[in-house]
Amino acid sequence: MHQLTIAGKKYRSRLLVGTGKYQDFAETRAAIDASGAEIVTVAIRRTNIGQDARQPNLLEAVPPRQFTILPNTAGCYTADDAVRTLRLARELLDGHPLCKLEVLGDPTSLFPNMPETLKAAETLVNEGFEVMVYCSDDPIQAKMLEEIGCVAVMPLASLIGSGMGILNPWNLRLIIDNAKVPVIVDAGVGTASDAAIAMELGCDGVLMNTAIAHAKDPVLMASAMKKGVEAGREAFLAGRMPRKLYSADPSSPTSGLIGS
Amino acid sequence: MSELKINGNIRQFTLPLSVADLVEQLGYAGKRIAVERNGEIVPKSQHAVTQLAEGDCLEVVVAVGGG
Repeated sequence: MHQLTIAGKKYRSRLLVGTGKYQDFAETRAAIDASGAEIVTVAIRRTNIGQDARQPNLLEAVPPRQFTILPNTAGCYTADDAVRTLRLARELLDGHPLCKLEVLGDPTSLFPNMPETLKAAETLVNEGFEVMVYCSDDPIQAKMLEEIGCVAVMPLASLIGSGMGILNPWNLRLIIDNAKVPVIVDAGVGTASDAAIAMELGCDGVLMNTAIAHAKDPVLMASAMKKGVEAGREAFLAGRMPRKLYSADPSSPTSGLIGS
Repeated sequence: MSELKINGNIRQFTLPLSVADLVEQLGYAGKRIAVERNGEIVPKSQHAVTQLAEGDCLEVVVAVGGG
């Protein structure tokens, strides 16, 4: 019940995780397993020509037959570079069309360059890619990306790798309330309560990397994030009680008190 | 010897050389890599029949950890 559907495929887990910044592939895999994530992001980079070609490969630790691999365009600052990277990714992954588009604006903030993101999204959708797109938390541009044909919009909660949590829940709510495709918070989550807050707002999922990889105990944090996402989702579905600013309401009976 | 630019570095090779031959020489045979030649993807099915030419610009990529 209540599965996440992206581009027609159903997922039990609403937590999507990255594979960067881990000490080794064993730790990467252990954290992914603890997170329960089914969708796992990877980056695409040049091989180190001349170095030992027998080095272990990430996709041996995280095999595409077991996980949905989501290649990203991290490090791309133009639409052209992002499109070129994802064409290579599709070839690398045997034609698999699902991808994560991100076109960055500057190396300090890693804030998305939205004009270039929109341009790249249009090209990729026309070429048959299923585009999950990292974007600013601007409800108008999120809608534009949806209208272009992106299969999920992924606004930042705060800057990539910052761990600053959900800085503008009201913008996220505006995006969620208007969207007909899944809304996944991508970037900024620092700890499990941040993930829960994102889900309580009504997000369909949360994508994170650094919050797990840079925890003191990444595997334990991955488990915490799994529970945070699940708790937030259940709380959202359950519907929270109304807030009462000025009047308390006792939980215990007001009658039958001794000595009355 | 002929010059090919691979991942931004110029290297010397003896032509004729197919993409499959190059992949083999670089030690990537059977590995999960993707190849772009002069801005165009070379699908795996075309590696054996795509001949490289002097001055070709190649990108050879792999999946790495990322978020």
